[in-house]
Amino acid sequence: MRSKLSIKELDFYYGDFKALHKVSMEIEPNKVTALIGPSGCGKSTLLKTLNRMNDLVAGSVVDGTVLYDGDDIYGKYDIIQLRKKIGMVFQSPNPFAMSIYDNIAYGPRIHGIKNKKVLDRIVEKSLRQAAIWEEIKNRLKGPALGLSGGQQQRLCIARVLAVEPDVILMDEPTSALDPVSTSRIEDLIDELKKEYTIIIVTHNMQQAGRISDSTAFFLNGYLEEMGATEKIFFNPDSKKTEDYISGKFG
Amino acid sequence: MNMKKKILQRSRKEKSVEIILLLCALVSVISVLFISFFIFQKGLPLFRTVTIAEFLLGTNWSPSSQTNPQFGILPFIAGSVYITLSSLLLAVPIGIMTAVFMAEIASKKAAEVMRSVVQLLAGIPSVIYGFFGVIVISKFIRETFGGSGYSMLSGAIILAIMVLPTIINITEVTLTSLPKKIKEGSLSLGATRWQTILKVQLPAAKSGIIAGIVLGMGRALGETMAVLMVAGNAPIMPKGPLSMVRTLTMNIVTDMGYASGDHMTALFSTSIVLFLFILILNISVNIIKGNPEEIQ
Repeated sequence: MRSKLSIKELDFYYGDFKALHKVSMEIEPNKVTALIGPSGCGKSTLLKTLNRMNDLVAGSVVDGTVLYDGDDIYGKYDIIQLRKKIGMVFQSPNPFAMSIYDNIAYGPRIHGIKNKKVLDRIVEKSLRQAAIWEEIKNRLKGPALGLSGGQQQRLCIARVLAVEPDVILMDEPTSALDPVSTSRIEDLIDELKKEYTIIIVTHNMQQAGRISDSTAFFLNGYLEEMGATEKIFFNPDSKKTEDYISGKFG
Repeated sequence: MNMKKKILQRSRKEKSVEIILLLCALVSVISVLFISFFIFQKGLPLFRTVTIAEFLLGTNWSPSSQTNPQFGILPFIAGSVYITLSSLLLAVPIGIMTAVFMAEIASKKAAEVMRSVVQLLAGIPSVIYGFFGVIVISKFIRETFGGSGYSMLSGAIILAIMVLPTIINITEVTLTSLPKKIKEGSLSLGATRWQTILKVQLPAAKSGIIAGIVLGMGRALGETMAVLMVAGNAPIMPKGPLSMVRTLTMNIVTDMGYASGDHMTALFSTSIVLFLFILILNISVNIIKGNPEEIQ
């Protein structure tokens, strides 16, 4: 199968600090790939390089290639198109200070959709996909910040879905949420992988085990090991992976 | 025994520090109370001879007439309101755009330099603004539009420059204190930097920006010297941007030197009106700030 994303010999620097060392990995389409590892291992950094959110960090330098459907995103790729295609869900929910409806319609609107009927349809579809439609369909005009944390995070997922992405990056999407909200998001991720390619950074080992098809273990900026989640968890090649998975450090 | 004495001494010292701090804190509170009491005490007696309606809605100000003194301050209320609103019309867009530039676009160094320049702008004495107005702005208005150049427009331009620091500062602080994740959320959806500023960051900073505008409005309304030097100071209803205008503050300071009797009292009554305006503005700032539903 052809890779959705193919990362080749990627080095990443924050100023003088080298955060990623020659990372190479293939991300398969319609799979959930989990990035795990102790704090500061580079997993979030890698995630940010995939939709070039690292461009916002002053003094950051990328070396190497990231191919998305065969095109180098650090080449002539239009960054707006890239971020439309590769959406991102953040660590803590970040809805805008506007209504629920406007939050979802924000993406389509900035990409030029003005027709009210089309927007209505996108809003409903995205909210349904994010499994939050039934809860909030009667208060679409209400403030998004009035929702609970878990609802806000699903709203943010819906907001990403509304621009019809292809890949969804998730940076510890449940770290700020309670267990019930967490399990709803995990169910949602399982549902979403039918249509999208998902890459998720998580600190939660059980979560990685529950939801991912393949897992990449990072340590000190190196990709230590990557493979099918079953294998990484039960039969890893690397001693360090085994130690980390079994909780000896990290 | 000795220990006990020491503890007692220490607690006495603590107590006296507390009292000194309290007294210092009371100075501002007492000043506000005294000032309000004083202007009301001096200003209210006017309404024994003139009705409130005559005072607020009258358009004739001839306070020193021997036969039929008139105390209408509507022209000055209108003057203050017009000149303040027109100055904001100029200052708000420029101020907000400057703040956006400093917070989002300029390099850290450039923003630092601009911040000190803006601070300097805030520190320039108003009489110097007045001189600048006379030499540059009035002259420019005179040469461009004719007339004397001493006009509401000149006053509004000078005031706009004077309130810029207030609007810029508060807008910039509000913008930079917004959580970074909001901006990232917008950019990650494929929005451009400009779309993000316009549609996400500025709306999220709305309450701070409005507070800045209202504070600027207070400054413009209370400004005396600079407008006195450029706005013409004619006690007439302002008729347009090029008309000479007298504001509430100008009225007080112009007549103060020679007024006596009811005329003097009327100046204090004018200051009551000004005081109430400022009071309303300050209360609204507090309401806006105390209701930060937009800020996360």
